[in-house]
Amino acid sequence: MLATKRSLPKYLLALGAAIAGLGGTAAAEEVQRWGVNFPPPVSTTAQEIYDIHMFTMGIATVLLVIIFAVVIYSLIVHRKSRGFKPDQQFHETWFGRWSWVFVPIMVLGVDLTIAGAAQRTLERVWVVPQDQPLVDVKVIGHQWYWEFVYLDHDVTIESRYTSPEEAGIHYLRDVDNRLVLPTNQRVRFLHTSSDVIHAFWVPELAVKKDAIPGYITETWVNIQQEGVFRGQCAELCGTWHARMPIVVEAVSQEEFDGWIEEQQEIRMAALAEAAEEREWDKDDLMARGQSLYNSRCAACHQEDGSGMPPAFPAIKGSPVATGPISEHIGIILNGVPGTAMAAWNSLNDLEIAALVTYQRNAWGNDTGDVVQPAEVKAER
Amino acid sequence: MTTATVAHDDHAHHGPPSGIKRWLFSTNHKDIGTMYLVFALIMLFLGGASAMVIRAELFMPGLQLVQPDLYNNLLTNHALIMIFGAVMPAAAGLANWMIPLMIGAPDMALPRMNNLSFWILPAAALMLILSFIVPFFPGGGSQINTGWTLYPPLSLQVGMSMDFLIFALHLLGISSVLASINIIVTIFNMRAPGLRMMQLPIFVWAWLVTAFLLVLVVPVLAAGITMLLFDRHFGTSFFIAAGGGDPVLFQHIFWFFGHPEVYILILPSLGVLASILPTFSRKPLFGHHSLIGAMIAIAALGMIVWAHHQYTVGMSLAAVQYFMLMTILISIPVGLIIFNYMMTMWRGAMTFETPMLFTVAIILMFSFGGLTGVMLAVVPADMQYHDSMFVVAHFHYVLLPGAVWGLFAGVFYWLPKWTGHMYDERLAKTFFWVHVVSFNITFFPQHFLGLAGMPRRIADYNIMFTEFNMISSVGAFFFGLSHLLFLYIIIKTVRGGEKAKARAWEHAEGLEWEVDSPPAHHTWTTPPKIKTA
Repeated sequence: MLATKRSLPKYLLALGAAIAGLGGTAAAEEVQRWGVNFPPPVSTTAQEIYDIHMFTMGIATVLLVIIFAVVIYSLIVHRKSRGFKPDQQFHETWFGRWSWVFVPIMVLGVDLTIAGAAQRTLERVWVVPQDQPLVDVKVIGHQWYWEFVYLDHDVTIESRYTSPEEAGIHYLRDVDNRLVLPTNQRVRFLHTSSDVIHAFWVPELAVKKDAIPGYITETWVNIQQEGVFRGQCAELCGTWHARMPIVVEAVSQEEFDGWIEEQQEIRMAALAEAAEEREWDKDDLMARGQSLYNSRCAACHQEDGSGMPPAFPAIKGSPVATGPISEHIGIILNGVPGTAMAAWNSLNDLEIAALVTYQRNAWGNDTGDVVQPAEVKAER
Repeated sequence: MTTATVAHDDHAHHGPPSGIKRWLFSTNHKDIGTMYLVFALIMLFLGGASAMVIRAELFMPGLQLVQPDLYNNLLTNHALIMIFGAVMPAAAGLANWMIPLMIGAPDMALPRMNNLSFWILPAAALMLILSFIVPFFPGGGSQINTGWTLYPPLSLQVGMSMDFLIFALHLLGISSVLASINIIVTIFNMRAPGLRMMQLPIFVWAWLVTAFLLVLVVPVLAAGITMLLFDRHFGTSFFIAAGGGDPVLFQHIFWFFGHPEVYILILPSLGVLASILPTFSRKPLFGHHSLIGAMIAIAALGMIVWAHHQYTVGMSLAAVQYFMLMTILISIPVGLIIFNYMMTMWRGAMTFETPMLFTVAIILMFSFGGLTGVMLAVVPADMQYHDSMFVVAHFHYVLLPGAVWGLFAGVFYWLPKWTGHMYDERLAKTFFWVHVVSFNITFFPQHFLGLAGMPRRIADYNIMFTEFNMISSVGAFFFGLSHLLFLYIIIKTVRGGEKAKARAWEHAEGLEWEVDSPPAHHTWTTPPKIKTA
């Protein structure tokens, strides 16, 4: 388990660049370094949350300064080495006798001030306003990627982390397909999960909500500013918890409409292709299978099919990938209950056929099998 | 020599049996207390070693030392070993040693059960350690990657190591409940004649409250993890949504135990401070009665605020409003305790031996951790803090000063009593300064990381978080190393040093200072006379 092969020199380079960056040469696109507070809020509720955060922190700072001041004064003045005579009756003065009453009352005052201010913000953040139409986005957490379903538009996006080469400085905060949202429009997120608990968190939007299997939790935002906002999964969800970024791209309403149309066309084209009744040749299936495998399966089973036993078994040389074809298809379609292996039945027949063909012929699994979409259809 | 003389002398010379039997069959509160403390010290180093690997991995972006599963395994065992292996047994060790001495009792009320409650611990610890290492044996299944909170469904995916962990937690729970029952019975029944409850030292009161909390909440954890075990192996669906169960139910059960657990860790240490402050301020404790009231209030409030650990699970507005308000109200008793301690220092004639240095640092740093706790209680703001490094910083600011430093302070304060030797003050002060300064270097930058958007429990992070993680890791290495000095000081004190007087500190008050240093194997066989105030 110790010492990984992966990427060390690259990180050293990144680190070198990072340290050089401290000197002041800013690249065209730079990440916020040395951040000490929330990133600038870009939604209406994020602004309110930022304000209540600063308000509470302000009160906490004042109280801390008072405590430090009293203690430090006492440390300097009330010490034996300065010949200070201890006041043996101090706890029996009126102050000593009644402080148990007035100290709690004073603290209660501070508490109610904080709770009162928080209350107003809380109601606006918690209750999704229903007086205007909402853009509904269902957010489904998977081990380890996000699925976004635009419920009003019949568009589904799967969003996966990208490799260090593709992501560059945004590594672990960059994805292949971004969550595109309109600005100046209320968006409601409906969170759920297909396996374990995840949490959807984008700091600029100040949204954080758990995605829990069997639950649908909701949050809402009204983004005021176009731009790209990055976040990460915030609830420990297993091995690749660190590789579940969320990237929101906020665009104008017109751009958003255009993007939705584009996504619908892509989806229709894919459906039409999968429905074509023809024999697919092996090379085509292998090529499609490889790209699907590397994006969907390689996080656990590794690009060379070796897996990460015992949690994630190898596919290279496995009895499943070299045994009966129907069982192989069955595992991909239905998953393995009680493990991290999910049911991949959201993939279409052509995609599963390509995956199975690839797994049965790559890395020395030379079964020579070519699986056609029709065979997958029969297994559903 | 007549038999009568022998019988008479028997009492005075009745020393401990020699060799392994002295420890294995011990029913003596002092020996059992020592064993608890030694056990805790060993576990402190084990848990600390995990923390060092975690900070080494986080020193810079990328996966250099450990793969994510091992990282998650380490962060889980760091938490469980520190909480159940180090802090709770150390506090139980102090209780065993000090409560009978402080209340004028010859021993704990149930000495054989005392033996049992200690000797369950090594077995439990073995089970706990096995749960982290079985995956490295062939056929050992996957590693525990859930964190100490063990949330299902993730904990249902883990291999047999999770079953080891569940049984280890059961054993640890049994040990704690037995020790707690013993402490409650001892305090209620074994006080010297005339020693009223309200006269008891705050340390004894703090442990009484803690023991009640343990008896009330540990069985709840036991129920929760048993349900988890049934879901894993016997086809139930308590926490499986697909079977009609509820994954969030586990979180409610866990935190109904988990939040009071925080006060279980902190209260005994806060009690220690009430012994130390009057000694080195040379004036009586301020607000003896209100401290007792505040501790009871903390325990009561602590049992009805659990869901503030789960603001993000989608509770109703009314539920989060309730939990927010109740959580913020905990600042009232905690604030009163801090206030009373500050006022004990006020107008005193202070000197700064190591126990006092720790006490002053606790008052300052624990207040800081408490105030970030108030920030975390505010629901809308917690939408940002939740599960970020800010939370990690917060609870280390609470648990190190609030629990661990209080234990260190108690160890330095009573070490002369236990060993009969004064510790090396110069070395101890060096330890204090290295420890406290490196603690702040380690954990203060983590507030910034969390606010800037770094989630907790990730093995690899974006380069935007590099700088503060580096600072934190460097601090952590010094912090970790400082404990070797602590170990050296203790060994040195046990082996020799300046002879300690019965009253080792000039102004120390309390029955424990009326017996010799080190005390005879059996003390207070004749109860002390209590002067009525």
